[in-house]
Amino acid sequence: MPEAVEKVTLQLTVNGKLHSLSVEPRVLLVELLREILDLTGTHVGCDTTYCGACTVLMNGAAVKSCTMFAVQAEGAEVLTVEGLEKDGELHPIQKAFGDSYGLQCGYCTPGLMISTLQLLSKNRKPNEKEMRKAIAGNTCRCTGYQNIFKAIQLAAKNMNGA
Amino acid sequence: MSPEADKKNWVGKSLPRKEENRLLRGRGKFSDDIKLREMLYLRFIRSPYAHAKIVSIDVSGAEALPGVVCALTGTEVAQQTQPFIEIGPDPFAKIKDYPLAVSKVRYQGEPLAAVVAESPALADDAAELVQVDYDPLDPVVDAENALTNKSILHEEAGTNLVWNGIFEYGDVEEAFRDAAYVVKVDHLHFHRFSSTPLENNVVIAQWNPKDERIYYQCNNSFPSFAIQFLAAHLGVHIDRIRVETSDIGGSFGIKITSYPQMAVCALASRKAGGRPVKWVETRSEHITSSAHGNERTFRDTRVALDKNGVITAITSRHIDDCGAYPRYEPLGCVIWSQVFPGVYRFKNARIDFSQAVTNKCPVGPNRGYSRMQHLWFLERVVDICAYELDIPADEMRLRNYIRPDEFPYTTPNGCVYDSGDYPKMMQLAKDLIGWDDWKTKQVIARKEGRLIGIGIGTTLDSGTNNFGQSQIVNPFLPYSGNSQGANCKLDIYGEVVVAVGSCPQGQGHETTAAQVVADVLNIHPDLITVRTGFDTERNVHTGFSGTYASQFAVSGLSAVHGAAQKLKAEMKRLAAFALETNEDDLEFGTGAQGPETRAKSTGKSINYWGLANLVNANSAALPPELYELTLNCRYIWRAPFKVPDTKKKYGSLTLTYAAQLHMAVVEVDCDTYIPRILDYVAVDDCGTVINPPIVEGQVYGATAHGIGAALMENCVYDAVGNMLTSTFSDYIPITAVNMPNVKYGHIETPSPHSYSGAKGMGEGGAAPIHTISAALQDALFASGIVIDDSFNNADSLFRALTAKEISQADKLVKVEKRV
Repeated sequence: MPEAVEKVTLQLTVNGKLHSLSVEPRVLLVELLREILDLTGTHVGCDTTYCGACTVLMNGAAVKSCTMFAVQAEGAEVLTVEGLEKDGELHPIQKAFGDSYGLQCGYCTPGLMISTLQLLSKNRKPNEKEMRKAIAGNTCRCTGYQNIFKAIQLAAKNMNGA
Repeated sequence: MSPEADKKNWVGKSLPRKEENRLLRGRGKFSDDIKLREMLYLRFIRSPYAHAKIVSIDVSGAEALPGVVCALTGTEVAQQTQPFIEIGPDPFAKIKDYPLAVSKVRYQGEPLAAVVAESPALADDAAELVQVDYDPLDPVVDAENALTNKSILHEEAGTNLVWNGIFEYGDVEEAFRDAAYVVKVDHLHFHRFSSTPLENNVVIAQWNPKDERIYYQCNNSFPSFAIQFLAAHLGVHIDRIRVETSDIGGSFGIKITSYPQMAVCALASRKAGGRPVKWVETRSEHITSSAHGNERTFRDTRVALDKNGVITAITSRHIDDCGAYPRYEPLGCVIWSQVFPGVYRFKNARIDFSQAVTNKCPVGPNRGYSRMQHLWFLERVVDICAYELDIPADEMRLRNYIRPDEFPYTTPNGCVYDSGDYPKMMQLAKDLIGWDDWKTKQVIARKEGRLIGIGIGTTLDSGTNNFGQSQIVNPFLPYSGNSQGANCKLDIYGEVVVAVGSCPQGQGHETTAAQVVADVLNIHPDLITVRTGFDTERNVHTGFSGTYASQFAVSGLSAVHGAAQKLKAEMKRLAAFALETNEDDLEFGTGAQGPETRAKSTGKSINYWGLANLVNANSAALPPELYELTLNCRYIWRAPFKVPDTKKKYGSLTLTYAAQLHMAVVEVDCDTYIPRILDYVAVDDCGTVINPPIVEGQVYGATAHGIGAALMENCVYDAVGNMLTSTFSDYIPITAVNMPNVKYGHIETPSPHSYSGAKGMGEGGAAPIHTISAALQDALFASGIVIDDSFNNADSLFRALTAKEISQADKLVKVEKRV
């Protein structure tokens, strides 16, 4: 019964901002982001960890926020798509996705850009195989991935200042 | 209009998309992002059986749960509404299709009740408390079995046959009499799949009891069709239904048929006292019960050929499986005939076309709708004939293609192919893939025991339907032609604002519409605001508005172009008055005070604010003869169609014919049987291109869908109608690691049927399915295999290649040689 569900307190940092909240234990991280913090840039596509539309960065690692409880993010630093831009300026990855026509409907794009950020922060010059593997958990139904590959390569180039 | 002012500047340019700014920042507005005060959440209760009587439903446990507002059952819905309109004729028009099952369920996943609660989690909890007793019935999962009528789905119809019609043209008997070869193919099968947009269906409905007005915020992709169904079903005036769409996370046609869920959400909102009700579909719900593409079986195909392998006639019997309810069907029973001969010249044909209901998810118009099944069939037929007669697959096609000098080409059933050059596309594809090199490599590989095949797929993307073809399936339907609306205005401060009736899902309509208007007014596209996403209250839509069927570049942009020209004509009259000159003396451009109209003779100008002000806020300065000007110009574009001859099934069914020619090199691993794409080329011709990277992106997307469908994506049902592929772990959409690099090429044969020379595109004719089947055929023909199914994976190839009787080809295909 809903009244009986005891809420738990939770502290986490999202896009640099500290939040102290109390949530039901069954609340998923993606529900916390979308429903409670109103950060609707992170999406849900499959509910089963497959499609990656819900990918966010948690303590530097890309995670699928549809398959994590919010309470598992206790004390964590979370970055969502809304946190990519700085003072209104697009992040080089955002710019590269736009310049390469790396999106169509844009539903998968936030998750893909977060996975790209994880890749490029660990590997400045990924080869094709590394690039494909890095986004293997992000489904895109519109682009056939061709322009996403171009976007990742362009982002890598721009971030390396080449 | 001066030629200078109308010169094309922006159309044809690779303009960055206007949509990106919000989408890249995570600021898109998708339906699930919308939160309304007092919003409630709906969850459906769905059948675990494919076919069963509903003995009882008990919702009392759910209703007793604190936080649950109400429950709704099929019986209640049937008492409050009319069954949905049926498109087809009697006897199937007699069936009673309600959005919640009433006395029986007809497919696994069919909704039969709904619960509404204060939170999504509570609605989930409540759904589990609904008790349903079923009495299982015999399920029918195969369309040919369904036609035996041993187990009937809809008693009111008394048959499982939804529609049957014979499409016969030319002199078939004579062609077979004179044939040098007759090739017979016992059966071919096009499988069931779904393009599964990444965003599931979402509906928010509010039925306000005070003003009897229903307000939808949702991601339906053909709202003008949906409201026609909903108004009749719910018994409300169509003007009382407002549908608004915003950003849509893909549809590919699948979101056209979400109107049953839209109906339930409205009824639930009314029952909840007018509070808004939101339903967000889960992925499993989407895969089991939104819509699938049409499955089709091709029986008893006979092909007549002359001594050179030129096809002179085809006869065949086609059985389409539309799942448990026709809904958008039986339109698919005629839509395939838009591409009746495919890209080929044969004049004589007879196709006996039937459609049956089965205990599976209803079908909907999925990317390539109804034409791709037929185009795959034709490509298989052409390929099978080529191998049986030992004619190279490329040569076989060149002998049978419609020739470049034959356009505009009238097909045997009266369609007019606007333009094209298939041999040129083939040559370009060969150059891109390195045809001769691969042929050499193939010979070497075969000597090493490797199975490598090179396949060609030629296909069409027919765009801008003549809805008059619906009268071929039911002469009583009140639809014909095609129209799209657009509005172009100068707002009070002179802003150029364009509204269209489409609801794009990534096709870049904001960008391409701005390019068109920018050319008409000779201003930068950044100065133009385009309102996309559907909204009935913008009053720009017609009965055909939405985003489907490869047509925006023609119907949508023609409407935008017409509205912009209308606005420009009004601006000219105003400017001529304001600048004391005649209209021929005017030019449009951008000056120190923004976009303006100038008098060439005096150099005097008036900017857009000045023009708008004359109409809106400074109207005392306006002479009465200009009172009729509104600077708010709606234009309806109508396609120049006639109603087809419904008896002969003859007439122009589509306005433009984009073409695709793909080539693939595929290797079947001799140990694992996994088919792997070694090289892939996609050549496209959609006439004059409005925005090249947008077109290229659509080609890649359609290619990915086709490759996925050919090798990975299959809606699998077991013998009793259980769906075995209900998550993305079982129904596997193509990923970045499966998708090959695609070499893209294009040619442009401008269409004489559109103002810009553009052809509608985006569906892509499912070219990869034809191409991969052809490549597998090439790899495996020497092993005695004939590719008879559109879906081929390691499992099916293993079974084919290890079957004891390797003489399958003898059974499936028979060749009579008469020369």
